[in-house]
Amino acid sequence: MTLDLSKFQTTGQETCFHDRHINPQIYAGLNGRNWGIADYEARGGYQALRKILAQDGGEGMTADQVIAEVKASGLRGRGGAGFPTGLKWSFMPRALPVQKYLVCNSDEGEPGTCKDRDILFYNPHIVIEGMIIAAYAMGISVGYNYIHGEIFEVYERFEAALEEARAAGYLGANILGSKHSFQLHAHHGFGAYICGEETALLESLEGKKGQPRFKPPFPASFGLYGRPTTINNTETFGAVPWIIRNGGQAYLECGKPNNGGTKIFSMVGDVERPGNYEVPMGTPFSALLALAGGVKGGKKLKAVIPGGSSSPVLPAEVIMACTMDYDSIAKAGSMLGSGAVIVMDETRCMVKSLLRLSYFYSHESCGQCTPCREGTGWLWRMVQRIEHGEGRADDLALLDNVAENIMGRTICALGDAAAMPVRGMLKHFRHEFVHHIEHKTCTVPAYI
Amino acid sequence: MFSEATLARFAREVAKYPPEQKQSAVMACLSIAQQEQGWVSPEAEAGIAEVLGMPAIAVREVTTFYNMYNQRQTGKFKLNVCTNLPCQLRNGQGALEHLCSKLGVQDGGTTADGLFTVQQCECLGACADAPVMLVNDRQMLSYMSNDRLDELVDTLAAHAKQGA
Ligand SMILES: NC(=O)C1=CN([C@@H]2O[C@H](COP(=O)(O)OP(=O)(O)OC[C@H]3O[C@@H](n4cnc5c(N)ncnc54)[C@H](O)[C@@H]3O)[C@@H](O)[C@H]2O)C=CC1
Ligand SMILES: Cc1cc2nc3c(=O)[nH]c(=O)nc-3n(C[C@H](O)[C@H](O)[C@H](O)COP(=O)(O)O)c2cc1C
Ligand code: SF4
Ligand code: FES
Repeated sequence: MTLDLSKFQTTGQETCFHDRHINPQIYAGLNGRNWGIADYEARGGYQALRKILAQDGGEGMTADQVIAEVKASGLRGRGGAGFPTGLKWSFMPRALPVQKYLVCNSDEGEPGTCKDRDILFYNPHIVIEGMIIAAYAMGISVGYNYIHGEIFEVYERFEAALEEARAAGYLGANILGSKHSFQLHAHHGFGAYICGEETALLESLEGKKGQPRFKPPFPASFGLYGRPTTINNTETFGAVPWIIRNGGQAYLECGKPNNGGTKIFSMVGDVERPGNYEVPMGTPFSALLALAGGVKGGKKLKAVIPGGSSSPVLPAEVIMACTMDYDSIAKAGSMLGSGAVIVMDETRCMVKSLLRLSYFYSHESCGQCTPCREGTGWLWRMVQRIEHGEGRADDLALLDNVAENIMGRTICALGDAAAMPVRGMLKHFRHEFVHHIEHKTCTVPAYI
Repeated sequence: MFSEATLARFAREVAKYPPEQKQSAVMACLSIAQQEQGWVSPEAEAGIAEVLGMPAIAVREVTTFYNMYNQRQTGKFKLNVCTNLPCQLRNGQGALEHLCSKLGVQDGGTTADGLFTVQQCECLGACADAPVMLVNDRQMLSYMSNDRLDELVDTLAAHAKQGA
């Protein structure tokens, strides 16, 4: 007898099919049942690929033209660092006669982020098409999609979509009769946040423990199996078909200068309707919050972590004045990161919130660098004793000092990711930490 | 060590990688072994090392690095509840505590009848569905209020009884 747990599973209604997106490109027209290839084609899917391969009349596009279009779009990496995608693609030594690889980073594990899961589960072909186009632009014949181990059902769905694309002639040798060949496979992780870091991901893909490599060399010159490799996030690839169909300029204009297109924000925490919302870059935070139904229970907004757990927290009055794009959030002293917006209402204790994040980073440190391995544990233990009324007078200075000494002194950015939330909390909510230390109690004791 | 059917599943994974890079399939093979046997035994590690032509210690390094490999036997149903901050803001911690007290185990513990293991875990990448949990590494369950948790435990227990 098979075990049927479907009644406990999400249908995506709340997170994706709520019709509250603004000008969606990746989530447009989805309903949870139309993920298959025929429905994707009916939505205009694989037309961008046909266009570059000159399948429907037309002149086709050269690899350089594809890259130029992506550059013109202003698309920036949706995995968190916001690196310009067209520029990254142009680093690929296309003519070098060695095997080159294309990798999709679907290891989404940044606390708060759940957008790639919905892209892959409800619209897998948009990522496949984006990857085929990217492979064409960079002269790559083999690719992998590395999928977060915890979303195993998504991995299985993606494999099914790959089968469909192969059967339709979109994947494999001589795609649609052209000279372009591309093999694509799915690979799953098995529970390690660090494998989202691109070089750790490559190590993992090679069948090793996922410990990051020094950069440089960047994957563009030394990547999978030591070969030139381009890695992009799921959402980045998902944006490509729209750009090729409608033009880079149209994509750019959909957002704001230097911040093209739409972005999917995962609205989580204390909002009325948690879920993913795809909106143009530059949408005011207040409008995004309204889409998610506002703060839960009509409570007052206290703070927001705007770009996944590693981005510094912003107090309500600061975030309410921001628009949601790389530049505005950076100017406010945080980062857009992966687009996970963690909303916290007036009843939340910042010490307790930081404690959970600090535990996470110390647990997930891969242990290679001393400042990260020792520093993350040290930060966690200090926040823990402050939370439990055992903080010492000089702990805040020590927290500052340890965080500062991690920053920039490690192989990968996980060290920074552990230090930045600490610094953000101390910058904006220092008084709560002081209160905990001086009074051994919490300012908002109701937080469960 | 492995049945023909299992070896065929391994082969399907190995085929994804260049012939000289069979090691790339190690994570998939370990998860298949775990799915079929409930955990990754030293024998399974040795068997996979042989299939992939890599040292057993290199397989062990992988097993111990990733959170989801069971290095010892668990209950029939391994239940992982996410308690990271975004989930904690929507009662993820409460869900873990409810499950533990209902089943009479501590975090990480297994019930005396060997049916359930409960473990907290880190972000599952499904934060908007909180409280969220994972059953036996493969099935994700969403919006797990206390009522739904109770119903789940009953469903699983009934299933185990029927299977027995
Ligand atoms: N989506 C998620 O779940 C998570 C996302 N993150 C995000 O990851 C970000 C950090 O990522 P990193 O990869 O460390 O950032 P990075 O700035 O080192 O790299 C960004 C991308 O640009 C490429 N690149 C940068 N400079 C280059 C050069 N000179 N030549 C060739 N390629 C170059 C890199 O290879 C990489 O693909 C953080 O900002 C954080 O927001 C962090 C944790 C989880
Ligand atoms: C600790 C850590 C974890 C990361 N996790 C992810 C992730 O889960 N998904 C992702 O796309 N990028 C992640 N990144 C960023 C990647 O290293 C890389 O910048 C990104 O995949 C490049 O794709 P993009 O240019 O399309 O954003 C992580 C970085 C760090 C330092
Ligand atoms: S910074 Fe931390 S996670 Fe990154 S390589 Fe160093 S020890 Fe590992
Ligand atoms: S924080 Fe729990 S699933 Fe992301």
